[in-house]
Amino acid sequence: MKELEYPFNVEWLIKNKKKVKKQLLLKENFIEKNIAILGGSTTSEIKNMLEIFLLNYGIKPNFYESEYNKFYEDAMFGNEELDEFHPDIIYIHTTNRNIIEYPTMYNDEKTINDMLENEYKKFENIWTKLFEKFNCTIIQNNFEYPYYRLLGNKDAVDIHGKTNFITRLNQKFYDYANKTKNFFINDINYISSCYGLDKWANQFYWHMYKYAMEVPAIPYLSFNIANIIKSIYGKNKKALVLDLDNTLWGGIVGDDGVENLAIGPEVPSGQVYSEFQNYLKEHKSLGIILNINSKNEYENAIAGLNHPAGTLKPDDFIIIKANWNPKNLNIKDIAEELNLGADSFVFVDDNPAERQIVQDYVEGIATPEIDVPENYIKIIDRNGYFEVTNFSNEDLKKNDLYKDNAKRSQMMSTFENYEDYLLSLKMKAEITSFKPIYLERISQLSNKSNQFNLTTKRYSLADIEEVNNDENYIKLYGKLEDIFGDNGVITVVIGNIKNKDELHIDLWIMSCRVLKRNMEFAMMDMLVKKAQEKGIKTIYGYYYPTAKNKMVNNFYDLQGFEEVSCDEQGNKVYKLDISNGYKIKNNVIEVTE
Amino acid sequence: MEKEEIYERLNKVFRDIFDDESIVVKPETTSSDIEDWDSLEHINLVVAVEQEFGMKFNMNEVTTMKNVGEMVDIIMSRI
Repeated sequence: MKELEYPFNVEWLIKNKKKVKKQLLLKENFIEKNIAILGGSTTSEIKNMLEIFLLNYGIKPNFYESEYNKFYEDAMFGNEELDEFHPDIIYIHTTNRNIIEYPTMYNDEKTINDMLENEYKKFENIWTKLFEKFNCTIIQNNFEYPYYRLLGNKDAVDIHGKTNFITRLNQKFYDYANKTKNFFINDINYISSCYGLDKWANQFYWHMYKYAMEVPAIPYLSFNIANIIKSIYGKNKKALVLDLDNTLWGGIVGDDGVENLAIGPEVPSGQVYSEFQNYLKEHKSLGIILNINSKNEYENAIAGLNHPAGTLKPDDFIIIKANWNPKNLNIKDIAEELNLGADSFVFVDDNPAERQIVQDYVEGIATPEIDVPENYIKIIDRNGYFEVTNFSNEDLKKNDLYKDNAKRSQMMSTFENYEDYLLSLKMKAEITSFKPIYLERISQLSNKSNQFNLTTKRYSLADIEEVNNDENYIKLYGKLEDIFGDNGVITVVIGNIKNKDELHIDLWIMSCRVLKRNMEFAMMDMLVKKAQEKGIKTIYGYYYPTAKNKMVNNFYDLQGFEEVSCDEQGNKVYKLDISNGYKIKNNVIEVTE
Repeated sequence: MEKEEIYERLNKVFRDIFDDESIVVKPETTSSDIEDWDSLEHINLVVAVEQEFGMKFNMNEVTTMKNVGEMVDIIMSRI
């Protein structure tokens, strides 16, 4: 919903949040999550706003909210309601109001260091306790700057200053976050700076209602939390689809000619576009795929991208659509060619009419209102489309992987027989039980895969760790490489052993970039082998339809399973008897364990 | 601005905030007349009223305001 993207109309949001919620609840296919808010100040409106932002991301939250300022008691001593709530996520909303003791001018250095350690330990104890008890994800606020500076500028520098104390405390939080999985910082220090600290710290709201920031700032806070949560559950955007004229450079390449485009350091308008190109290029290191969708002659588009002052070159893009087709149609083609859902795209175009048509015809796509060129970066950045939570090395290589795929499809066209083509790729797979180094990637994959996903069950890193430690699961991952490159971990199967000789397949997912490579058959072969070793006689498979997983509708039929039941919603149960042997299906991939 | 117009605009704010199209505010209306009007919603109401009329209540006013009539009097004195 446009109203729930940056920049916000706060006035409208506060008035209409109930209507917005009703409207969002009409949608389907939510994932449900239990979110506990442990507050050090009033949290009611933070919860309300968080709810609508999450609903907008397809996440339906159930909330537990601690009593006013009972975050410490709830965490350290527990309470029944929280225990029974089984939170998936705990959000600890503390602010500089919750720092118990600040240094004064009378304190010596050692006392202040002890103070800092005490304050930090209080929080570390909370986190440790919560992890032990709930094994869930924790989101913790850092601290915003104080709203006055007793020492003036020296407040930031001197160990007696509150600003200095908060800065040091924040650094200790970051050190903990850097060494702790499933722990994320909600950076209210940055959010409050963007919002304006004077307004943020409006004391009226503290003294009247014990809100630690002014109420109109709350949408910005809640949006920031929602972005972390949606990222954890794999709902980040994955690709940028960019217009060219007046988006990547000033001017129209077809009319003005390459030499007259505004790009480069000579003039202010050129500088703005150069910085924007740099900003976009930086996204490649996050694994974001760059593409072009422009109304232009193809030669002109390429000529513009080869402008000597431009930092983005034709080679930086995976797909370049420069033609006169409606942009919504180009986007559908790009989605198909990349094997990605168009709802994972961010479409960047200076023309409001083009944004509108794309918004109307491509469901779920983001079309930020980028305003004037000097605001492009801010508006895309503040929307948090690509919020980084679990960064894996796979992401660094993602653009290369997509490039390799483009080469593969070229090569495919030279073979008449598909199996010959597959053999020519000289594929090698590693298929074996989960290993600690891949758990993060496995969790990420379970949250990102929508199309080749039989049950659409999502696993947080904590969930995957649990499965990994449980003997009653057969859990396999598969890596695939070929002559063009290594695809990394691209498929996962989790089967639950029940009643001694039954295996129930809870999860079967595969990345779409290795579709039609027979990897699913290699996985099946290994799954059966592992199952036989454990004395399994029957394997049960499940298919739960969603808006996106039609491509695996008859997956178990292809694997030779027999359909047991199918209900009105199309949920299907299959079984395969392996007690009388099994015929190996894969003959094109060399598999090692 | 006429008192009548203030009531009209205020009524719209109340209906939005409490998501109830049947609300008709009168000078004597208090929080006990509207089901969802608790202390937490009161904050949102105050913020929405401030934004509607481009004015601010001070702390003393928010704590002493007894009914909608008094709220309107404060709004009248500010705009």
